[in-house]
Amino acid sequence: MVSSTFAIASPRRGWRWVSLLFAVALLAGCVGSTPSTPSQTAHTLVVGATLEPPTMNPSASPAASIPQVLLYNVYETLVLMDAAGTIKPLLAQSWDVSDDRTVYTFRLNPAAKFASGRTVNAQAVATSFNRIKTETAISAPLVEQMAVVKTTEAVDDHTVKVTLSRPSNLWLYDISSTAGIVYDPDGLAALDTVPAGSGPFVLKQWYKGQSIVLAASGGYWGTAPRLETATYRYFADPNAMNAAMLAGDLDVISNLQAPDAIDQFGDASRFNVIQGTTTGEVVMALNNSRASLKNVKVRRAISMAIDKKALLDTVWNGKGTLIGSMAVPTDPWYEDLTSIEGYDPVGAKKLLAEAKATGLTLKLRVPTIAYATKSAQFVESALRQVGITVTVQELDFATWLKDVHNGGNYDMSIVAHVEARDLRRFTDPAYYFHYDNPDYDKQFAAADEAPAAQLVPLMRKAVRTLADDAAAVWLFALPNLVITKATVTGVPQNAATLSFDLTTIATR
Amino acid sequence: MRILAFLARRLGIFAVSLLGASALVFAVCSALPGEVAEIILGEGATPAQIEALTARLGLDRPPLVRYLEWVGGMLHGDFGTSFFTGQNVLQLMAPRIAVTLWLVGAALLLSIVIAVPVGMLAAMKRRSWIGFVTSGAAQLGMAIPAFWAAIALVLVFAVGLRWLPANGYVPLATNPSSWAAHLVLPVVSLAIVQASVLVRYVRSAFIEVLSEDYYRTARAVGWRPFPALLRHGLRNAALSLVTVIGLQLAGVLVGAIVIESVFALPGLGSALLDAVSQRDLMIVQGVVMFLATAVLLINFLVDLSYAWIDPRLRTEADR
Repeated sequence: MVSSTFAIASPRRGWRWVSLLFAVALLAGCVGSTPSTPSQTAHTLVVGATLEPPTMNPSASPAASIPQVLLYNVYETLVLMDAAGTIKPLLAQSWDVSDDRTVYTFRLNPAAKFASGRTVNAQAVATSFNRIKTETAISAPLVEQMAVVKTTEAVDDHTVKVTLSRPSNLWLYDISSTAGIVYDPDGLAALDTVPAGSGPFVLKQWYKGQSIVLAASGGYWGTAPRLETATYRYFADPNAMNAAMLAGDLDVISNLQAPDAIDQFGDASRFNVIQGTTTGEVVMALNNSRASLKNVKVRRAISMAIDKKALLDTVWNGKGTLIGSMAVPTDPWYEDLTSIEGYDPVGAKKLLAEAKATGLTLKLRVPTIAYATKSAQFVESALRQVGITVTVQELDFATWLKDVHNGGNYDMSIVAHVEARDLRRFTDPAYYFHYDNPDYDKQFAAADEAPAAQLVPLMRKAVRTLADDAAAVWLFALPNLVITKATVTGVPQNAATLSFDLTTIATR
Repeated sequence: MRILAFLARRLGIFAVSLLGASALVFAVCSALPGEVAEIILGEGATPAQIEALTARLGLDRPPLVRYLEWVGGMLHGDFGTSFFTGQNVLQLMAPRIAVTLWLVGAALLLSIVIAVPVGMLAAMKRRSWIGFVTSGAAQLGMAIPAFWAAIALVLVFAVGLRWLPANGYVPLATNPSSWAAHLVLPVVSLAIVQASVLVRYVRSAFIEVLSEDYYRTARAVGWRPFPALLRHGLRNAALSLVTVIGLQLAGVLVGAIVIESVFALPGLGSALLDAVSQRDLMIVQGVVMFLATAVLLINFLVDLSYAWIDPRLRTEADR
């Protein structure tokens, strides 16, 4: 008894005991580390991502995290958009457009099958399209995108006829994303938890709050994917995701959240660093319904007072693209419009004087997202140089959504609009930009309804109008910064859609 | 009989505190700006759509009705359903409670296992360099935020040496050794701070013991210093230590929220953060109520443990 307690009394032995505990801890770590890195096994991929999907149902929520996992991997659409931004056949082998461009006839691939084994037939397409128009709990963007559809009918088992109320070029783009997903009619009741798609992967396991595991679908109708399983792991903290990548626990970081961290992955023998573009425009919204901001001269002055190149360098480590209007490089009608409101503080002051808008005070209310809060500081100081007082207010995202986005209670705000080809937002005066320009509306409608060959020149005109009119301030387009292990191939440079497409990816 | 009255009084306080906590939690959640319907529907939702979804979720009813329904449900073990996923809140919390309990339990145990011997050593050798070093180390440990310790540990053991996974979680049933490996760094990060705090209390509690008559007597009859301290001092010092550990447990639960985020652990803390940002208030209320209950229960148990540790209190109660 005495001797055993004495063991603790000796400081030397005490330290030995502490070091023993430490050794046990390390041993546990070494034993555990072997099974904890499944990424080392062939044909599996562990992808790090930021936001976990709130539901497995792409039609119930506009969260971009849902198509990131499910689009093209688990669910398929009639047509797909490739990494270059072009429309390609997927479930539809081919399609015809009527002379008045309102009737689309899609011929389905007869081989196409859902994961359940059921054939992807015309009736399934009609059911999927019609439910967006008839069901109540459908996310708002989908309802908006499918509003142009008058009817969807099954002509025969493998032919679908979609009639639009007016011609629309953008509609075909829209149905390459979540709006165009074809659901297995047998699985509609359980969509929130069990996907019912026709893609090369199926949902294997969803560990809520942590990860989603996809597995190759055994009977996939098309070319089988090269991966057997793919795990999306979610990190609220970007540093945790970087650490997991550096520790070798991840194969891919789907989009680096802190561009400053890119230098950590400089070792080319271990990592590939892919830099491309996304569909996310970081927009500084101007509330066009405010008396001071109704004046185009004031709006232009605000834009000209901000050196967007310097802002990008300061805020996002120079990664990203300067755009100048509501189009990104993967849009077919993209052109560099940054010169329209180029940096010119002297010109800005002159415009403000012309508009008799001296001593202006504006409220800049931003959500607490890194790019937004950092940009807000930059904008505050830039506008102070031309005599505009900016009060910056940071709101958590839910409050921002209620008060600024839906409530319109703001003068200026900053957020990334990640949806692809979302310039139709400027046609809606009720939307939080409150931009109301009949000329733009006409140009946009003309481009949307034009024959396909005229889409690009006409849309360019509309996009340019937005820039000329300084409908908003386009700070930059978010970069697509993907880190992969050196053994991973097939990750596209640009993210032209919201999908993190696994179908092209392979591991060595 | 006295002990029963004591128990009844403690239980009464426990119940009233719970009721108060539930009212507070509900009131704070109701006062949060932002609506779940707007977040579910996303940008571009029309006011009519938002109104319809709000009604469907039952959020258009008076707050008092919703509060009574919520409390009534909890009394039957029904914590409500998530607004986002429609999932039962209790089912959603259960696996997360397990993660947090492993983390908090192991961290507390490790901190006690470290702090008691180190604190005793610091007390006995308080005038030598060993005492200074241990006290200094404790000060340093207290000054380090847990998340900073976490980042440093990850950089060394996961990124640098690659001995341990940087973060994530594997359930115990899936793979016990991987489960343990994933918990080492989070547990150590949490324990460093708690052990440092505890060392100081252990030290001062034992310094007090060293000046007591019974310790001098034990030494006089031939006990060596350390055994004397263990045999006669531990129980006396335990009374104040249990109080501190009880208080610390609440701190560890809160600290776990940050640690779970740094280590991407799917515990209660990360569930709480997600739910707050999505305004999924049923989950927020459920998690906060669980944490409040746990803290109140710990205080209750600490009160009971006094009687167990200190026979004097027991006989007083019986008299």
